Amino acid sequence: MSQSVAIIDYGMGNLHSVASAVAHEAPHSHIHVTADESLILSADHVIFPGVGAIRDCMSEINRLNLGATVKQVIAQKQPILGVCVGMQGLMTHSEENGGVNCLDVFPAKVKLFQGAAYETGQHDHLKVPHMGWNNVKQLSDHPVWHGIKDDERFYFVHSYFVDMSDPSEVIGQCDYGQQFAAAFARDNLVAAQFHPEKSHIAGLRFLRNFLNWSGE
Amino acid sequence: MGLAKRIIPCLDVDNGRVVKGVNFVDIRDAGNPVEVAKRYNEQGADEITFLDITATHHGRGTTVEMVEQIASEIFIPLTVGGGIRKVEDIRTMLNAGADKVGINSAAITNPELVREAAEKFGSQCIVIAIDAKRVSADNEPGQWEIFTHGGRKPTGIDAIEWAIKMTELGAGEVLLTSMDGDGTKKGYDLELTRAISDAVKVPVIASGGVGNLDHLVDGVIQGGADAVLAASIFHFGEYSVPQAKAHLAKHDIEVRF
Repeated sequence: MSQSVAIIDYGMGNLHSVASAVAHEAPHSHIHVTADESLILSADHVIFPGVGAIRDCMSEINRLNLGATVKQVIAQKQPILGVCVGMQGLMTHSEENGGVNCLDVFPAKVKLFQGAAYETGQHDHLKVPHMGWNNVKQLSDHPVWHGIKDDERFYFVHSYFVDMSDPSEVIGQCDYGQQFAAAFARDNLVAAQFHPEKSHIAGLRFLRNFLNWSGE
Repeated sequence: MGLAKRIIPCLDVDNGRVVKGVNFVDIRDAGNPVEVAKRYNEQGADEITFLDITATHHGRGTTVEMVEQIASEIFIPLTVGGGIRKVEDIRTMLNAGADKVGINSAAITNPELVREAAEKFGSQCIVIAIDAKRVSADNEPGQWEIFTHGGRKPTGIDAIEWAIKMTELGAGEVLLTSMDGDGTKKGYDLELTRAISDAVKVPVIASGGVGNLDHLVDGVIQGGADAVLAASIFHFGEYSVPQAKAHLAKHDIEVRF
């Protein structure tokens, strides 16, 4: 039987690029861009993407009861990959939009890039969003890193980041005025702040590694 | 180590062909957009910008199909601009596979479009495209004004104030084109680029006037640009993207190889 991949669709932004990158790396897979609980729970691999503002994302996730579905995916050991706001949604709380409670899978907070280094009016201040290709330092030999060199560049676009307060589950670290978590892992769950589907050769390899991973 | 400066080849597309004009006239054909985009993706471009300069309604249907084709074949970010008038146009392009959408003259007639679009789709995918022309004399402090209609129509709007206003409304990036420079191969307007890059919180893409690789270096170091956009130097084979990156790296600018 061919592999099935569920890309969770909760109406936030276009999932075209995630789906076409999966199709590129797993050409014989069945790809479901869906909010359907049974399709998600029966898929071999699940991708939990997200773009835009966290308040809108979480309100759609809650409205469609997808938080429970995601937690069940995690509990029944299906390999799952959170991307960008999908990763942030797995944290306890985000300070975006005046403060939003998230799914609380990882005990971490999502914070805004701010401080003197990011202020306007000075020469070469750091821009927010953090947009473009930055180095990711690998903190473990997790299977998703196989064949990818340490400090490889991935494509980021985000204004909020996950802090490093509990580094034990952080498998990738990035630096933009301060260090932050670029990738998390726990059991069958992986999450990335960067966009593998937009990160060219390294990103496609990361995605392929995930799609080949049993979650163990 | 650190965030790399981006090199962005730009495809100006008219009726399904990549073209490049000198000051928007005297247009030269540079090929099929899908093939050109794939070539730049393979060369290691950091992003692709697709600017639709097609005037006719019929041609715009072709544009959506081309964006779909490009988006399914390249795995780097794709920005689409040109002729974006309303929220529905943005949705169409995002659904076709664009990662970011550039809004230009529609923001001048309706600034709220930028706010509405950023709220609906997220700031990260809304690019404010600014076409500016120097209106101060050479011996005066720099002053620039927004122009529309390919640089023919002045608006009376100050370029720096406009960039600040648009990014405060929610645009997540500025695509800054010097109308004086565009197509001339004399380099970016560095004073303008620096003024806007220092004034806004978001990344700034320098555009308009690149004739050689030193111009890209100047755009980053003197102009303070976060990304440098060029068209004809790449289209007609004068330079490749890897050559451009090597040249930036030689000047201690972070690039992605």
